[in-house]
Amino acid sequence: MIGLLSYLVFFATMASILAVAVLGLNLQWGNTGLFNGGVAAFFGAGAYGTIILGGTPQPGQMGGFELFYPLALLGGVAVAGALAWIVGIMTLKLRHDYLAIATFGVAVAFESVARNAQWLMGGAQGVRGFERPLEQAIGDPLLFNTVFLAFTLGILIAVYAGLERLIRSPYGRLLRAIREDETAARSLGKNPARIRLTAFVLGSMVMGAAGGLYATFYAFVSPQDVLPILTFQIWAMLIVGGAGNNRGAILGAFLIWGAWTASGWALARFAPVEAQLYAGSMQYVLIGLVIVGMLLWRPRGLLVERLVVSQSGRRPPGARARRA
Amino acid sequence: MIQGLADGLLVGSIVSLGAIGLTLVMHMLRFANFSHAELMGIGAYAALVFDPLLAAIAPPLSATLGPLSMTGALALSVVLAMGVTGLSAMLIDRLVFGRIRRTAGPLSMVFASFGVALIVRNLLALLFGVQSHLYSEEIAFAVLVSADPLLLVKPDQLFVFAAALAIMLALHLVLSRTGFGFALRAVAENPALAQVAGVRLSRMIAATWIIGGGLAAAAGIFYALDSKLSPLMGHNLILSLFAATIVGGIGSVYGAVLGGFIVGIAGGLALAVLPAGYAPAMPFLIIMAVLIVRPHGLFGEAVE
Repeated sequence: MIGLLSYLVFFATMASILAVAVLGLNLQWGNTGLFNGGVAAFFGAGAYGTIILGGTPQPGQMGGFELFYPLALLGGVAVAGALAWIVGIMTLKLRHDYLAIATFGVAVAFESVARNAQWLMGGAQGVRGFERPLEQAIGDPLLFNTVFLAFTLGILIAVYAGLERLIRSPYGRLLRAIREDETAARSLGKNPARIRLTAFVLGSMVMGAAGGLYATFYAFVSPQDVLPILTFQIWAMLIVGGAGNNRGAILGAFLIWGAWTASGWALARFAPVEAQLYAGSMQYVLIGLVIVGMLLWRPRGLLVERLVVSQSGRRPPGARARRA
Repeated sequence: MIQGLADGLLVGSIVSLGAIGLTLVMHMLRFANFSHAELMGIGAYAALVFDPLLAAIAPPLSATLGPLSMTGALALSVVLAMGVTGLSAMLIDRLVFGRIRRTAGPLSMVFASFGVALIVRNLLALLFGVQSHLYSEEIAFAVLVSADPLLLVKPDQLFVFAAALAIMLALHLVLSRTGFGFALRAVAENPALAQVAGVRLSRMIAATWIIGGGLAAAAGIFYALDSKLSPLMGHNLILSLFAATIVGGIGSVYGAVLGGFIVGIAGGLALAVLPAGYAPAMPFLIIMAVLIVRPHGLFGEAVE
C-alpha cells in the first residue's frame, strides 16, 4: 500500500513537472505558432542552471554556488530564457522553419557541450552534490516526496493560472493574431518579430522552470536527461492534449506520461529477454505514431482550443462603456 | 591539416548528395523535412539487403572491384537501393505529408516529419538491430599518399568521391538540359505559374521525392561505406544536411552542393582544433554563423 502510494506520488510529480514544460510549449506552438524543435535544451538549461547555482562545490568543476533554493531555481529559469533569447533574436525574423532547425541544433549542441565540457557541466557523469531543500528537516522520504509533489503542483497551478491570464490579455490576443495572420497584425502597427521573441523566451523560461524542478527532484542531472526523445515526448503530450488549450496540455502530459511508463513496464514485464534491448526502440516508434496519427486524424487534440472572442457581450466587471 | 581537408572533402560530397534532395523538398513543399536523413538510412539498409541477395543470385558479382572493398553486387545494390528509397520517399509523402499538406500549414508538416523520422529510425533499429553493420568485413587498407604532411586515403574513399561527383553531374545535366528538368525548376520557382504552363504539380512533387530519395540513398550507402551503418545515421547527419541547405540558400541545388562541401570541410578542419566530442555541434555553429552574416544563404533569395 505504502509502495503503491509512493509510486503514485512519484508518478504525479514527474507528470506535473512535464506538464509545466508542455504549458511552456503551448505558449510557443499553441498560442503563437512557433516551432521549438529543441525543448530538451531549454529544459536542460533550467535543470543544469538550477543544480549548478544551488549545488555544493564539486572538484574540477565550475559552480556549486550554494544559492538559496528559490534563487537557484529562478537562476535556472533565467539561463533557459537567455538561451532562448539568443536563438530567437537570430531566427525569428526569418522563414518560419529556421526556428525549427535552429532550436533542433541548439538541443544537439547543448547535449554535446553537456557531454564534453567537464569543467562546466560535469561531462557524461553529470552534476551531483545538490542538497534538496528541506529534505533533512522533513526526514521521512515519503513525506518529503509528498511535500515536493505539493510544491510542484503549486508551480503547475501558478503557471497555468498565469498563462490563462496572459492569453486572455491583449497580449494573448496579439499572439493569436500573429499566429493567424502576420501581415494583418503588422498592418495594425504591431511588431510580430518582437512579440514572437517575447513569447518564445517566456515559453522557454517555463520549460526551464520544469527542468529546474526535475533536477531538484532527482538532485542530479546528466546528459541522459536532455536526450532528443524528451522533446518528442513533450510534443506528443501537447498534440494529444490539444495545442492552444492549457487544460489539454496538462491532460496530455498525464496521459502520455502514463502511457509511456505503462508501455515501459509492460515491455519490461512481458517482452522476452532478448527483445529487452529493443524496448526503447518500440517506445520511440509508439511516440512517433502518436505524433503522426494525431496530426493526421485529430490535429486539434482531445481538448480543442476554445477560441476566445475578444469583443464578447460579457464585459469584464467594473468596465463601463467608454464610448457613448 | 591536409588529412582533415581530404576527409572533409569526402564527407562534404556525401552531405551534398543528401542536401540536394532536402533543398528541393524544402523549396517546393515549403517545409523543413526532419526525416530526410532517415532516407539515407533506408537506402543504406536496402543495400545491405540487396548486396548478399545479388551475390547469391550471380556469384561472379561477389568479386571485389579492383582495389576497392566494394563488390560488383554492392555497386548494383546502390542503383536498386536508390530506386527503393525514392519509392519509399514517395510512399511516405502519400501516407503522411501529402495528407497533412491538404489540411494544415507547413509547420504541421515539420512537426509530422519529426514523427516520421522517429518511426523510420526506430523501425530500422527493430529490423536490423541497434548494433552497427559493415558491407564488408575485409579491412580496407589506406594508401599513404604523402608522409609529410600525412595523408592517408582509402581506394574506397576515392571511389565514393568520384561517384558522388558523377551523380551530381548527372543531376545537373538533367536539370539544365531536359524538358523535365525545366518543368521541375519551374515548379520550384513558382508553382502556380508552372501549373498554368501545363506542368502537373503532383507529378513534379513525386519526381522530387524520387530524386531526393535516390540521392539520399546514394549518400547513405557512401557514408556507410566510409564509416559504418547504424540506425542512428539519420539522426547524426540531419543537422549537417540542414546546415548545407542553409549555407547554400534554401532551394538552390548548386548552393546545396557548395554548402555540403563547406560543412564537410569545416567539420574536418574543426576536428584538428576541437575535441571530437564537439563534432555534432559543428553544423549548428555553421548555421548560426550563416544566419548572422547572410540569412538567406549564399545563393538563396529572400522568401517568406
